[in-house]
Amino acid sequence: MSVAAPATHAVDIEQLTISYRRRRRLLRVIDDVSLQIRPGEAYGLVGESGCGKTTVAMALMRYLPSNAVVEGGRIIFDGKDLLTLSDSALRRLRGNRMAMVYQDPGSALNPSMRIGNQIAEVFRYHRGMGKQEAEEASAGMLEKVQISDPAGVLQRYPHELSGGQQQRIMFAMALATDPALLVLDEPTTGLDATVEAEVLDLVEQLRAQFSSSILFISHNLGIVSRICERVGVLYAGRMIEEGPAREIFAQPRHPYTLGLLRCVPTFGMNKQTQRLDPIPGSLPALGTHPPGCNYADRCPIARDRCRAEPPPLLEVNAQRSSRCFYHEEVPSIPPSPAATAEPLPPPSDEVLLRIDDLIKTYHSGGHDVSAVAGISLEVRRGEVFGLVGESGSGKSSLAKVIVGLTNATNGSMTFENTPLSEAGHHRNVTLRRKLQMVFQNPDSALNPSYSVRHILQQALRLLAGLKSHSELETRTVELVRSVKLEPRHLDARPTGLSGGQKQRVSIGRAFAGTPALVLCDEPVSALDVSVQAAILNLLVDLQKTGVSYIFISHDLAVVRYIADWIGVMYLGWLVEVGPAEAVFNVPHHPYTESLLSAAATLESNGHHPRIRLKGTIPSPSNPPSGCRFHTRCPLYLGDICRLKEPPWHTAPAGNKYRCHIPPDELQAAELRLRETSTDQPA
Amino acid sequence: MSRFLLKRLGLALITLVLVSIGVFAVAEVLPGDVGRTILGPYAPQSSVVSLDHQLGVDQPFPVRYWNWISGFVRGDWGTSYLLNTSVRPMVVERLKNSLFLGAFALLLIVPLSIGLGVLAALRYGKAVDRLITITGLSVIALPEFVAGVILVVVFAVQLGWFPSASSVPSANPVDWFRQLLLPAIPLMLVLFGYVSRMARAGTVTVLESNYVRTAVLKGLPRPVVIWRHVLRNSLLPTITVVAAQIGYLVGGLIVIETLFTYPGIGLLMYDSARGHDLPMLEATVLVIAIIYMISNLTADVIIAMLNPRVRLAA
Amino acid sequence: MTVESPDPALKAVPATVLSTVVSAQSSRRARMRELGRALLRSKTFMIGMVILLFWIFDAIFWPLFVPHDPLGLDPINTLKGPSSVHWFGTDDFGRDMFSRVLAGASTVLTVAPAATALGLVGGISLGLVTGYYRGLVDDILMRVVDALLAFPLIIIALLVLTVLGPSELNVIIVIGIVFTPLIARTVRSAVLVEREREYVAAAKLLGEPGPSIMVKEILPNVVGPITVEATIRLGYAIFAAATLSFLGLGLQQPSPDWGLTIALGRPLLQVAPWIVLFPALALATLVIGLNFVADGLKQAIEE
Repeated sequence: MSVAAPATHAVDIEQLTISYRRRRRLLRVIDDVSLQIRPGEAYGLVGESGCGKTTVAMALMRYLPSNAVVEGGRIIFDGKDLLTLSDSALRRLRGNRMAMVYQDPGSALNPSMRIGNQIAEVFRYHRGMGKQEAEEASAGMLEKVQISDPAGVLQRYPHELSGGQQQRIMFAMALATDPALLVLDEPTTGLDATVEAEVLDLVEQLRAQFSSSILFISHNLGIVSRICERVGVLYAGRMIEEGPAREIFAQPRHPYTLGLLRCVPTFGMNKQTQRLDPIPGSLPALGTHPPGCNYADRCPIARDRCRAEPPPLLEVNAQRSSRCFYHEEVPSIPPSPAATAEPLPPPSDEVLLRIDDLIKTYHSGGHDVSAVAGISLEVRRGEVFGLVGESGSGKSSLAKVIVGLTNATNGSMTFENTPLSEAGHHRNVTLRRKLQMVFQNPDSALNPSYSVRHILQQALRLLAGLKSHSELETRTVELVRSVKLEPRHLDARPTGLSGGQKQRVSIGRAFAGTPALVLCDEPVSALDVSVQAAILNLLVDLQKTGVSYIFISHDLAVVRYIADWIGVMYLGWLVEVGPAEAVFNVPHHPYTESLLSAAATLESNGHHPRIRLKGTIPSPSNPPSGCRFHTRCPLYLGDICRLKEPPWHTAPAGNKYRCHIPPDELQAAELRLRETSTDQPA
Repeated sequence: MSRFLLKRLGLALITLVLVSIGVFAVAEVLPGDVGRTILGPYAPQSSVVSLDHQLGVDQPFPVRYWNWISGFVRGDWGTSYLLNTSVRPMVVERLKNSLFLGAFALLLIVPLSIGLGVLAALRYGKAVDRLITITGLSVIALPEFVAGVILVVVFAVQLGWFPSASSVPSANPVDWFRQLLLPAIPLMLVLFGYVSRMARAGTVTVLESNYVRTAVLKGLPRPVVIWRHVLRNSLLPTITVVAAQIGYLVGGLIVIETLFTYPGIGLLMYDSARGHDLPMLEATVLVIAIIYMISNLTADVIIAMLNPRVRLAA
Repeated sequence: MTVESPDPALKAVPATVLSTVVSAQSSRRARMRELGRALLRSKTFMIGMVILLFWIFDAIFWPLFVPHDPLGLDPINTLKGPSSVHWFGTDDFGRDMFSRVLAGASTVLTVAPAATALGLVGGISLGLVTGYYRGLVDDILMRVVDALLAFPLIIIALLVLTVLGPSELNVIIVIGIVFTPLIARTVRSAVLVEREREYVAAAKLLGEPGPSIMVKEILPNVVGPITVEATIRLGYAIFAAATLSFLGLGLQQPSPDWGLTIALGRPLLQVAPWIVLFPALALATLVIGLNFVADGLKQAIEE
């Protein structure tokens, strides 16, 4: 059954409504979603987890699970309604006229099949090519996605390649037939920042070569605004705002969009000047349908009409629409009163934790993995020390050593001027209560078999030494309130709490014994953006107790927001350390420069030259000689970098870095680098 | 690859040595004096003592063990107490019979089990799947002698289609079925239970994987997805199970051979255990252990060959 | 309109979507009720449970409703076929087979659970310790266990029981000891997964001692796999106990034990097949019932 579609649209989704059947109930995941993508256009679909964006992608490809029920709507592509297409027609379209790339490329490739064969398949089945021809075409695609040594890669297996390379291969397979539609579902999530930026560069370059329309799905507003012309914002399964990307992010016309933009820490924001503005409340539970606007409970300008009547998509101008009765008021919504920061006491000069030449080497499978290779740093009382690095940098290993979960291979640490014995079970109670940790993954950081009360009381008993029942009860209630939870949460188990709530419990547990230093290992990375802001605010608030943090994160904007002092790690080395502001300005270590550049690529208004690193990150079991960064450094000098370990220099602003280039020359070199790199406009 | 093999081989050898010590220890601890067992309750004590000395059973344990194991390795497996004949030819003969029966069962059932297991996974949740799964569940822990007994009663006694006691078949293939089918069926049932379950589980896991999603979204025809992407990866764990089952079979044969009085190594082991025929017992157990190690080793090797990650890393 | 993806078998499972269906109730009672409901829905589980409960009831209460004395000799009526008086016929001593079959359940349902319990005690302890502490002991132990793993239970039992002499207690001990490393392996795998979770690290940071972490933190979270393993093992225990009796290594005369009865009835196969057939069928139904229960449990727990 063919439907005449307006020739201007590549894809036309009309009033799509999809539910999942779970135990005889229908839970609506997508409600009346419509969007159109023009030929060659990139359309971004944004929203937080659970908003339904992946379901839209799956519906497009008609790859929904067996318990999905399409309750209404059409998807018009190539003049046909995809939802009613026959199996064979669908197969002709997939991989041919429409293709998909999604996250976690490592698991998306067949582990027992060579790369070359996996790409060649597309050519053989959709273009009828023979073996030889398909192989040549595959090599050609590898070149287009900028894989070096295409012939060699064709013969390899997926596990032999890095994450970035694997993702490029996914792109090669997807674009092999120059499809009309390319669906990208969080293609860079989970990759390192520098790799993420490279993949996004690749997407932009490929757009110039191929004429596909793109549906780009992401939770990261910055990336979407950079790549896409139009954007649609999903909230709880409904499209609540749609229009040109730049306009929407510059001047949102829906309270949710505004809230999202306000709660992300951007470069320039700092805890001393501004609190983050999180969105209060939480997503409505899946399957519940409030009678009016589904955002009303959390909306700062909600009125009775909003709660009674569901708003339709109203036109803001010819190209924009918003699902809010009062969209005109949105630009003038003030930041919430809680968003003004109270000044924090500055960190003292007293050194709380001193680390001297710490080395940690793992022995695994016959190899020696040099995870931490001689790190020295100091953390002062009341200070937030931000530790930045990508995968393989050793920051997690360092955290484990500091907190006592594993022994150091060499080196020493002192805490409050007494030597720190390495392993946790040798430490005494006082030390343990003063030095605690908050973990990354809220799902696995709390024992699912116990209630919140039990977890907190366990901590209070062991760290604060409380014994009497009444004392425990009172302190538990105090503790749970201090992390902005209610006493009623005490009886819940972790499975009944949201990610943000679980993380609060984790924080409460770490603070049970009034610690002096809390190690936060990527505490907000697993959380949605709106929840992140709330947790960061909480951590800043808790600083009033005088506690210091070692804050580990790969997200530079977050670190810049909260840290007073920053250390940058690469492959087991500390390559730069100093006051936060100093570290982010030239002159600084070339790696820091590339991290900044990558981060800015992911920012909607980051205006930063794009500095690309060569090659991929080496393995810690086989680190490069001399300067560990020399294999990728854009300022590589020559043999000296390869043979000799670089010394420490101190830049005028106070930051120290390890490089063979002294500060004044480095400043000039980095400024030159910025000029010659392709500038990415906002 | 060769380092991997050598490591495995080394481990197998160590285990074999341990097993041999264990077997020897257990066998030697059997109650009853050896000489007495052979000569019977009425022989004079002096004859018993001199026979013991002749057989060397009055020497200390390590000496006896060493004598035995060095003889074994050289090919001298001793003389049977009960039958007064050289152990090795008999064990070898019986082993051949058992292997024949085992191979018969394997060849009939393994391809069928894999096929049905994969089919069940492809039709996950449907009637076919439920049927195959439930059948597998029902037969998997059915003791072989139960199935064997029921089969004998129905097919041999009542219907008379098969003999109730099996002997080694002649070269005629029809005779193979006649003699071997009934004893093979209980073995096949258990094999079916394990292999089909593993094939199904492995296939289901793979079907849910991301790379199968990629293959489908590439628009590849369904048979291609199944053959090149699904089966290649899902059969790996199944092969482990099959190869491991070979070792299990040899043990399961004890019961079957006893039930059907089939002259195989299992029956030999049983008889020698009950009759306290030490040399025979020790030899049969050690031989079974060796077969078992070989089958496990083969499984490891096959997996290493098929899994590129293991192959390239080793 | 339900539009399914063309290939029902090739599906995406929307884990991210469904995981946002946060269960409102999280108390243990609610989860148990949820589990119970899932079990009741499973047909295999229910059928298996019915069979199992029947045999358990029979094993305990058979003296109350058995028509004849299972040990009662009746030299006149030997080897009679099934009739209205003797529903399952009589054996070569004139004993009523129906009564013997009913009574035989108690022996196998004593030995098997005892052996499984023994194996569980040993296996859980061993699995917890090796899984949590790892190290050299774990390496060696696990290599040895792997190598010996499915070395047929029967062979080991044959050897040991020939040495120790056949008796109910010895059968329990042998099976229990052989089960210990097998159960330990399953427990160990589950423990290996749990110990990587951050709540274990958090417990270490709080200063909880190792044994306390094993028992109080990890053990509650591996109860699921342990329960499934226990039911499966129970099935094997029944299998093994019956086989050993059949080989003459278990209970001895005049016990109505099924394995023994089958072994003794084998020479009379041509003449009186019912002696062998009915205990075999009884054993078969028991094992099948147990397996259904195990499978139902496994499915329900995995959800």
